[in-house]
Parts: sequence; structure tokens; C-alpha cells
Amino acid sequence: MGSIGHNDLVETEEGIRVIPGANAFIMTLNKVVNWGRASSIWPATFGLACCAIEMMDAGASTHDLDRFGIIFRASPRQADALVIAGTVSKKMAPVVRRVYDQMPEPRYVIAMGSCACSGGIFNSYSVVQGCDEFLPVDIYVPGCPPRPEALMEGFMRLQEKIMKEKVRWSRWR
Amino acid sequence: MAEINFTKLLVHLVVLVDVVLLHVAYATYFERKVIGHMQMRMGPTRVGPMGLLQPIADGIKLFFKEDIIPAAADRPLFYAAPIICLVAMLSCLAVLPFDPNHVLADLNIGLIFIFAMSSLASYGVVLAGWASNSKYSFLGGMRSMSQVISYEIAMGLSLVGVMMMTGSLNLGQIVAAQAASPFGIYAIPQFIGFFVFVVSMLAETNRVPFDLPEAETELVAGYCTEYSGIRFSLFFMAEYIGMIVMASIGTICFLGGWNGPFTVPYVPFFWFLLKIYAIMFFFFWVRATLPRYRYDQLMDLGWKFLIPLALANILLTGLMKTVLE
Repeated sequence: MGSIGHNDLVETEEGIRVIPGANAFIMTLNKVVNWGRASSIWPATFGLACCAIEMMDAGASTHDLDRFGIIFRASPRQADALVIAGTVSKKMAPVVRRVYDQMPEPRYVIAMGSCACSGGIFNSYSVVQGCDEFLPVDIYVPGCPPRPEALMEGFMRLQEKIMKEKVRWSRWR
Repeated sequence: MAEINFTKLLVHLVVLVDVVLLHVAYATYFERKVIGHMQMRMGPTRVGPMGLLQPIADGIKLFFKEDIIPAAADRPLFYAAPIICLVAMLSCLAVLPFDPNHVLADLNIGLIFIFAMSSLASYGVVLAGWASNSKYSFLGGMRSMSQVISYEIAMGLSLVGVMMMTGSLNLGQIVAAQAASPFGIYAIPQFIGFFVFVVSMLAETNRVPFDLPEAETELVAGYCTEYSGIRFSLFFMAEYIGMIVMASIGTICFLGGWNGPFTVPYVPFFWFLLKIYAIMFFFFWVRATLPRYRYDQLMDLGWKFLIPLALANILLTGLMKTVLE
């Protein structure tokens, strides 16, 4: 009965190792935290324009975002992601920024639709040309408006992005 | 009785709290699944097999989330409020008899103790609303206060009938007396009391259709609007433990506690758990079915309908008791 050495562990995925014969996994805290975050993204209930209708549809019966653990929370204090769903006018931009500022870390931004990505067809004096002018956007979902499937793809890309993060939970991030 | 075995007590305590917290975690999963299927959706399916790891993922995420304390908040009260809520709700668990031999504290005033503790938990909610220094939180806290005060009376009065039939406030003795009664459960002779209890149970735990303190469409998230991360999850846990405690009282006082049609060997708490799950399912069913009450309707229902009904029930129980004896 020797003790289990480092070499006896089977590596199933990068950073995840299994002890043979025992139902135990060894992994870094990083993996666990990232998995937790990617598996329960709660976006803030915040819609701006017609894209918000598609966002609601993505949460409703046919497409059901709850399958991925995504539920909409009304308070930005409990939200993880901000879906910019629609045209951001210059009057609305400070409000959007304020909602983002109220969210606790880690927070993610999904720009949904052409207007949020680049201003879309509204190349005018009153519309912000893409919400990346005042927010750090993680995922761009193009379309006018994008179908709910496209938004779901966006959320899955966000999950992939979260899984690649390193020590964002620590004090020295 | 005089000497207390501390080791046994401690083990009992740890097991009780762990089991209840596990139930709280999976109550959220159960809720999402039940409501999902009632709304022609699936509920969580992707996180773990059949979405079974969903509560774990939510817990990990909330634990590692930033903890924001608003600059204008009253810091000591802001820290204390979720803890008051959780401690008050957890201490209710001490007097619940899960089966004849498993009760942490066999108090003679068990029912009164639970009432006291569940109203103490509303202090946590009110303090949270006050300390957050936000108008939504404040309105949520005030609503919760008035709602709990109104429905506490109806709930207390609805259980007076049970106390009269049993002649005891000890929860274990209530179950024992129930088993000896002609119907086996008090929900049949005390059907008015049971109805009043069920409605005020929903109101006491701030559930739909009486979820005015955290009405999402009007008050953002009510009293926990300014709470983030682990502090929010403490409130969340307190709410679900409150639901479990209320379901347990309903089981003990009206549905016959741990007694069932037949005894299940080795699992003395089988029927108790089954009845609790049934009542929890009822909570979720109501949530998926009913819209929210308006505030004045809530007050009307409490003061003009439920309290007179509960008083009539007391009178009726007393009359029946005198006639039958």
C-alpha cells in the first residue's frame, strides 16, 4: 500500500486530474470558480429597444435560457452580465454606464444587435456609435435584431471566455 | 434528563443544519424545474447531469462575487440584517420534531417559539430596508413589516383551534394527539383553520401571490436590492428555510407529522419529508399560477377576511368540543 504519487493521477482535462480508484478530482480553485461563474450567469433585467424583445423571447419557453442557469435578476447588485439590448442614445448612455457601475465584480457586457455593436443604421447626432465607446464589451452579437439562438450563442461564447480566466477571484487579479 | 450529552447534541446540530441547507439548495433547483415545466420550459438541464449541479454553481458564484456596501448605507445594520434573518430562521429548526426520537429541543412552548422566531426574522428584513438607504429597499422593508404583522395574527389564530383540540403547545404532543384523533389528521376537522394557515403561510414567507416586499416589477428586488454576493445569498437561504419551517408546521399541526398510512422501516422521517415536499411543491405551484396581489387587497384579505374567519373557527372548535364532551 504505497501512497499515491503525483504520476498516478490521470489528467482528464487541462488542470483536472482524477485519482484512480477513488471518486475524487483534483483541480485548482481557478477551475471551480470559473465553472461556477460560467454556469450561473445572471443578466440584469435591462432592455433598451427592439432587441430587448428578442432577449425576452430567449428567456421564454421556446428557447429557455434557464437551461444554462441563466436567469434575469432585477437588481444590478445581483447581476453578473449586462446585455445591452438595443440602440444606445447619447441621453441613455450615462444611465447604462450607471447600471454597469452598480454591478459587482466579476461583470460582463454583451452587446446585442447592430446598434449596440456599432450604432447600426443610426449614424446620427443622437446615437452612440457602439456601446464599446463607454463600456468594456466582452461579446458582440450582430444582427438586426439577432435571433434568440444568436443571443444564446453569445452567452455560450461568454461561458467559454469565463472558463479561460485566470485568478479573477483573487485579490491580485 | 438533567445531564446533557454535549457531543451527541453537537453532532445532532451539525447534521440538522447540513441537511436543511442541502434541502435549501435543492429547493431552488426543484423550484426552477417545477416552474419551468409548468411554463412549458425545461428548467436547468446543462449544469451537471439534468442540471443537478445548478445550486452548487450558483453558490460558488455568489460566494466569490464582490461584496458591495453602498457608501450611504448604515454599515453595522447593513452587516447585521442578513445574519439576524438567517439566525432567527435557523433557530426555528431546533424545536421541529422530524420523527418521535429526533428533536433537538423538546420545548413545551414549541409553537410559540416558532412564532417568536419567525417574527424576529422580519426585523432582519426591515433593518435591511432601512440600512440600505435606498428607496426601493425601504419600501420593501416597510411592506414586509406591515405584511408580517397583519398575517402573524391570522396565522396564530388559525393554530388556536389545533391547540384547543390538543391541549398542548409541544409539537411532538400535537402529532401524538393527532394520531389518536378520529381522522388521524387535523386538516379535516380543522379545515377552516387549515385554509387560513395556508394563506397566511404564503404571506409570512413573502411568497407569490404575497411577494410585495420583493416585487420585481415595482421594487427592483425589494429589501435586498442593495445586497450583493454572499450577503444576498444569506437572505435567500433565510427565505427558503422559512418556507421549510412553515411547511413543517403545516405538516405537524394539520397533516399528521411523521405518521402515515403505514410505517416505513428504517426511515422514521419518511412521511414527514414527503409531506414537506408536497407543501413545498404547493408553494411553487402557487408561484407559477397566481399573479401578485395589490397592496390594499392584501390588507383587506388579511384583516377583513382571514382574521374573522380564524376567530369563527375558534368559536366553532370550542362549541364542537363542548357538544361532543
